[in-house]
Amino acid sequence: MSAPAAGHLEPVGVEPVGVEPVEREERAGRGEQAARSGHTDQAGPGEHLASALGWPGATSATGGLAGPGLAGLAEVAGSETSLRRFLYGLPGVDQVGAEARAASLATRSVKTTSKLWAIDTAISMIDLTTLEGADTPGKVASLCGKARRPDPADAAVPPVAAVCVYPDLVPVAKAGLRGSDVKVASVATAFPSGRASLAVKLADVADAVAAGADEVDMVIDRGAFLSGRYGLVLDEVRSVKEACGRAHLKVILETGELATYDNVRRACWVAMIAGADFVKTSTGKVAPAATLPVALVMLEAVRDFSDMAGRMVGVKVAGGIRTTKDAIRYLVVVNEIAGDAWLEPAWFRIGASSLLNDLLMQRAKQRTGAYAGPQDFSIE
Amino acid sequence: MADDRVEVRKTYKLYIGGAFPRSESGRSYVVHGTRGRQLANAALASRKDVRDAVVAARKAQHGWAAATAYNRGQVLYRVAEMLEGRHAQFSEALVSSEGLSAKEASTAVDASVDRLVWYAGWADKFAQVAGSSNPVSGPYFDFSLPEPTGVVGIVAPQTSSLLGLVSVVAPVITTGNCAVVLASQAHPLPALDLAEVLATSDLPGGVVNILSGRTAELAPVLAAHRDVDALDLAGAPPDLGTSLEEAAAGNVKRVVRPAAAQDWSASPGPYRMLAFVEIKTVWHPIGV
Amino acid sequence: MATTRFTYAPAPEARSVVNLKPSYGLFIDGDFTGPIDGSHFKTESPSSQEVLAEVSEAGPADVDRAVRSARKAQEEVWGPMPGKERAKYLFRIARLVQERSRELAVLESLDNGKPVRESRDVDIPLAAAHFFYHAGWADKLSYAGYGADPKPLGVAGQVIPWNFPLLMAAWKLAPALATGNTCVLKPAETTPLSALLLAEILQQAELPPGVVNIVTGAGGTGSALVAHPGIDKVAFTGSTEVGKLIQRTLAGTGKHLTLELGGKAANIVFDDAPLSQAVEGIVNGIFFNQGHVCCAGSRLLVQEAVAEGVVEALKRRLGTLRLGDPLDKNTDIGAINSPQQLDKIRELSDSGEAEGAQRWSPACSLPERGYWFPPTMFTGVAPAQRIAREEIFGPVLSVLTFRTPEEAIEKANNTPYGLSAGVWTEKGSRILHMAARLRAGVVWANTFNRFDPSSPFGGYRESGFGREGGRHGLAAYLAGGLDG
Repeated sequence: MSAPAAGHLEPVGVEPVGVEPVEREERAGRGEQAARSGHTDQAGPGEHLASALGWPGATSATGGLAGPGLAGLAEVAGSETSLRRFLYGLPGVDQVGAEARAASLATRSVKTTSKLWAIDTAISMIDLTTLEGADTPGKVASLCGKARRPDPADAAVPPVAAVCVYPDLVPVAKAGLRGSDVKVASVATAFPSGRASLAVKLADVADAVAAGADEVDMVIDRGAFLSGRYGLVLDEVRSVKEACGRAHLKVILETGELATYDNVRRACWVAMIAGADFVKTSTGKVAPAATLPVALVMLEAVRDFSDMAGRMVGVKVAGGIRTTKDAIRYLVVVNEIAGDAWLEPAWFRIGASSLLNDLLMQRAKQRTGAYAGPQDFSIE
Repeated sequence: MADDRVEVRKTYKLYIGGAFPRSESGRSYVVHGTRGRQLANAALASRKDVRDAVVAARKAQHGWAAATAYNRGQVLYRVAEMLEGRHAQFSEALVSSEGLSAKEASTAVDASVDRLVWYAGWADKFAQVAGSSNPVSGPYFDFSLPEPTGVVGIVAPQTSSLLGLVSVVAPVITTGNCAVVLASQAHPLPALDLAEVLATSDLPGGVVNILSGRTAELAPVLAAHRDVDALDLAGAPPDLGTSLEEAAAGNVKRVVRPAAAQDWSASPGPYRMLAFVEIKTVWHPIGV
Repeated sequence: MATTRFTYAPAPEARSVVNLKPSYGLFIDGDFTGPIDGSHFKTESPSSQEVLAEVSEAGPADVDRAVRSARKAQEEVWGPMPGKERAKYLFRIARLVQERSRELAVLESLDNGKPVRESRDVDIPLAAAHFFYHAGWADKLSYAGYGADPKPLGVAGQVIPWNFPLLMAAWKLAPALATGNTCVLKPAETTPLSALLLAEILQQAELPPGVVNIVTGAGGTGSALVAHPGIDKVAFTGSTEVGKLIQRTLAGTGKHLTLELGGKAANIVFDDAPLSQAVEGIVNGIFFNQGHVCCAGSRLLVQEAVAEGVVEALKRRLGTLRLGDPLDKNTDIGAINSPQQLDKIRELSDSGEAEGAQRWSPACSLPERGYWFPPTMFTGVAPAQRIAREEIFGPVLSVLTFRTPEEAIEKANNTPYGLSAGVWTEKGSRILHMAARLRAGVVWANTFNRFDPSSPFGGYRESGFGREGGRHGLAAYLAGGLDG
């Protein structure tokens, strides 16, 4: 594995969208303070996770939470062998247990005011997506209209978080969203398969960034991952992160192809160590796409990473989320696994298209008491 | 007036993959009841229908075997509920097709419902009776479990077209196999009515497939089919039995031969379930 | 309990689905009748202390009448009935439990205090499953491994506890009836209502009169039943203390006996456990049903190398548990069943602090009325402390550590109990090694508190003898064994 380029010993953190700079420094500051004090009783759960993982030493000289911290994790990433040892040292995921917990969370009953809040929150977390070969400027422009004003009849409905398109349609999306707070996200890196040379993949990213994309959704090399070349996967994420410049990076793991929860956990850590701003389940082109247990595993990973490294990473679920019931179940999982801090569009996104109208229908039902029909809302 | 009313007569189709298609051959044959009375036209299934049925059975097999035993038992019990609900219909069918007396027909329907309940109750117990943990000489945990063999071709009894039919189909599917059934050639209608019962019992499509037609034409196709794992030759005509067994050897099918004399009303024991399962034995070391 | 914006809002299950009567009789010989020489007592909802209904207390004459009715039914109707017909009655009962599941779940939560999500998702479905499973044995006993034509014992007197009222009734009635016995069942004093609703279901199923009789009451009713000369078999689930009393009472009488008593199960977590699922398993092991579970994983034995991390992860997880109204579908922790049980939990917890362990609970507001105890964890627990040895039967976890597999086994087995144990490790051979060495009737590996009618359940040593469920559970109700 190649030596990391100078200046990349620590994963670079670009301002997460929507979070005030002050907040982020405070979070980092807590970690540094704990390390400087050297008292284990002030260290947070991260130290204990680190000890649970068998890490030697309680404090890190370079700052961050006790345990490896960001710098320690960068060392882990310094060679294929140490990265592999770290990944294989993570606790395993029992499939039956994880699925049972997800199923139990799915029985939460969310009603009345809480349901309305959840619906509006879900709407504000949507990355409204069109990723078809047949996409045209007209289609994208129409989608942008929907994104800014999901319900023409009700201005109180929040806009979605972002519109997600292929790189060559970014300029159209930018134009369509001008003056609004809705972000433009672009897929890149030979989406969805990722099967192309690094040069081609980085050129893809460069196009998107040059066209003004605020966010880039990349795919990891699943072939490399499944053949155990974790360092290659990590290097690619780092390179893409660099090419993103100020754009915020989501890393698509394509969990359906990774096939096991252990792999999903490890892939999350590779992406997070490499500097991802978000980890994302799927391209939506492969089944199974997002599932509750997969989201659960990913939310645990970002929570543990935040405890250990003092940096928050977001989660995006994409593919197959069509109903309000599904969306609310995901919010419950976020709430009870990662916690309240992730219940923001800055830290949780839902990649979807038809979900939006179902949310609008449920919103109308909550408000008026009558079931709405699909013709009550505009198509995209 | 009631006597002037023209009745709407049923078209009998095949039951494949949970749906009711006509034979791809477009053929049919006349089904006669007692005293030569014409009862209906039944589809005359072809070798291609057999092929399609095997595909449907194979497709459904993984999911059916993966269902919990409890779930399979519940479905079988539901089949019993549905059949019980149609008691009068089936009694009448047996009277008109097999010439049973009303009482004999009613008894046969009762026995068929009870037979389904018998097998429903086996689903979540069979592994406890047919499986074991084995006390091997060494630090190993060693256990044996029955697993369904896969797709079973069934030549249903030529007479006893309901009780005999249920008695050969239920044991096959209780343990997680899927079935391709060749109905009695002369008395296919109860089998095709049973298909309607199956279709309304939460039984997944493809678990049971029922074809009507000429046994001598269809049975050899089933016997030689390489994607069929086992055969129940209960209804095979005497002159056909040997050649069917020979054909089955082509992919080493497990074969249940027809019995010389069969009393379908007798309690069956676990043998028709045992005949269509594989015993899998697993070893695992015991140590820190 | 953790602060979050996403609170879910109240999601109450409607009480109106239950048709509570002001007073209930005893169920004898197929009908509800008032007590001859008994009296009445009240049953309350432990989450609100509201009186739910008045229930009859069976006196000795009532118990006698019930036993006679059961004997007559066994000799004249149920015993001679072919197994396949008995089976169909049991299938009917199973179906009816499924059909009336919502009503049963709400009633169970009202009377017992457990969250309706648990009664809806665990208690009631398992009860139906027990009837289904055992129905299928009724005409297959010759395949069960007990001989060509095993016979029933006759009349069974069955005394059940308050922690899983309907489920325990199913565990007792289903195998007894399937094997051709008739029953006199005594539900627990604080939770009689679901058994009385079950009696209505038995009437709907048109179960012949006298096959099942239900005599509600308290300790006196139970003693009268157990001591009655007219029964052939006693089945008891409850405390070890009362179990020993019953065993003494039956000495010399020749009556068959099975006991399912208390436990102090060790839940053993190794350093290579799947951590998140182990935390879930620990939480489920001791906080499911408010810890009112005989097989609860009340002792966490965690490998010292990972103890701190596991405890921290546990604390975080406990912070998301929701305590409150049992009828709210989002409640995780319900009420303690009675003031007596609450006192016992408090007394033992106080002893934990007094003996030097460190006590911790998540921040938790308890409702004003009703009997409540927050989920509680003790760390720094020594094996000699009371909270490490005595069954608390409440939402209290005692955390101990171990260094090696041998030490874990030694500590786990160091108890007069032996009902269940848990093992958490990714290594298959270690699971099997631990399972072979743990002196417990049920070993759960990488899971906990899993029950199935086909899976035999029961304890070693002072956790009782006999098994319920599976082929093995039939033995308790069949004649021809060593006891005759």
